[in-house]
Amino acid sequence: MATEAHGEATGLSFHPMDQFIVRPLFSDGPVHWYTPTNVTLWLAAIVLATLALLVLGTRGRAIVPNRSQSMAEMAYGMIHKMVGDIAGKDGLKYFPYIMTLFMFVVFANFLGLLPMAFTVTSHIAVTGVLALAVFLTVTIIGFVKNGTHFLDLFWVRSAPLAIRPVLAVIEVISYFVRPLSLSIRLAGNMIAGHAVIKVFAGFAALILINPGLGALVTPVSILAVVGMYAFEILVAFIQAYVFTILTCVYLKDALHPSH
Amino acid sequence: MISLLQEAAHTAAEHTESVASSVAHGETETATGLPQLDLTSFGNQIFWLVVAMVVLYWVVAKVALPRIGAVLSDRQGAITGDLMAAEEFKLKAKEAEAAYDKALADARAEAGKIVAANRAEIQKELDAAIAHADAEIAARVSESEGRIRQIRDSADTDAREVARDVTAELVRTFGGVVDQAAVDQAVDSRMKGALQ
Repeated sequence: MATEAHGEATGLSFHPMDQFIVRPLFSDGPVHWYTPTNVTLWLAAIVLATLALLVLGTRGRAIVPNRSQSMAEMAYGMIHKMVGDIAGKDGLKYFPYIMTLFMFVVFANFLGLLPMAFTVTSHIAVTGVLALAVFLTVTIIGFVKNGTHFLDLFWVRSAPLAIRPVLAVIEVISYFVRPLSLSIRLAGNMIAGHAVIKVFAGFAALILINPGLGALVTPVSILAVVGMYAFEILVAFIQAYVFTILTCVYLKDALHPSH
Repeated sequence: MISLLQEAAHTAAEHTESVASSVAHGETETATGLPQLDLTSFGNQIFWLVVAMVVLYWVVAKVALPRIGAVLSDRQGAITGDLMAAEEFKLKAKEAEAAYDKALADARAEAGKIVAANRAEIQKELDAAIAHADAEIAARVSESEGRIRQIRDSADTDAREVARDVTAELVRTFGGVVDQAAVDQAVDSRMKGALQ
């Protein structure tokens, strides 16, 4: 990589991608499918964080909620409203699935922002499985609920007959691109943000090697890390929100395929 | 999608193999490509992801959401209950006000009736007292008239007696014999018309 070549020349070391390496937790051996890895650790952290917020946070079951219960209720209300507004009343049946997806992605993104953390949603394997699960579920629901009428999704009846076949091709392509865009959008955002923070952090060490140049570069790069971190907090929520809202939109298409 | 990734990751996989071997030799681990494209870790990630998602789904769908949903509906119930109770209290307050107004109007009417009845009674007593006074006055007047008449009558007889006595004495003084009948007759004829 270009940064590495540059880094070796000045004595700086840039390893922006090291944070994404899947490592075994307890040994240096190879990563088998069952090996507990840093992925396992941070997946467990996501589950525990969700448990802490949604279960421990609401253990008071208070009519007047405390802070954690308020947050849990806000998350519930936000996703419940989203599903109801976008997918409709009959979409509320799938609210638990969508809530699970949202809690997973939002906690994966936020826990990944902790220093030294591993971001599971920065891995295409994880987001790909999530997106494929959404794609398959929604397609199956579409066919089970509507039968062959589900194909109306691709046959735009409001358009003139002549251009309908063209639109159908475009609609089919866009339908099958959905899982790809859904997974790459999330993973790409996470990879880019975390890598950029690491690159800026690499520049911050310049003051140790070249005090003259470092006096200028180090404060700027530290400010840049802080700024990027703040931006990443925003991105972490927005990407979780986008993932969830697109899932709702796809669910709406499956439940009500006519345009 | 997986096949697409496999193609893209072909070169990356070769890199990571060298990484894995360097790890095995205890050297510092460094990513040479995108670790996301290291297909050797996919099985591990997918396995643990599925485990985590199953557990998370159970936690969210079976424990958390029913609880939060129950809390929210309880709160909604409490709020609507309170609103209904408030509405009921408002109605009760209105009823109480109406009852109060009615009681006030009744009391006014009752008071008016009592005043009218008292006035009538007082009037009756007054009328009776006036009638009684009138009767008494009339009795006194007639009694007084009687006494006046008596006094007048007695004055008449007294005057005759005095006149007779005086006449008889005069007759005697002039040496005559008193003829009582003639004296009475003379006095009566002289008195007639005098004491009218």
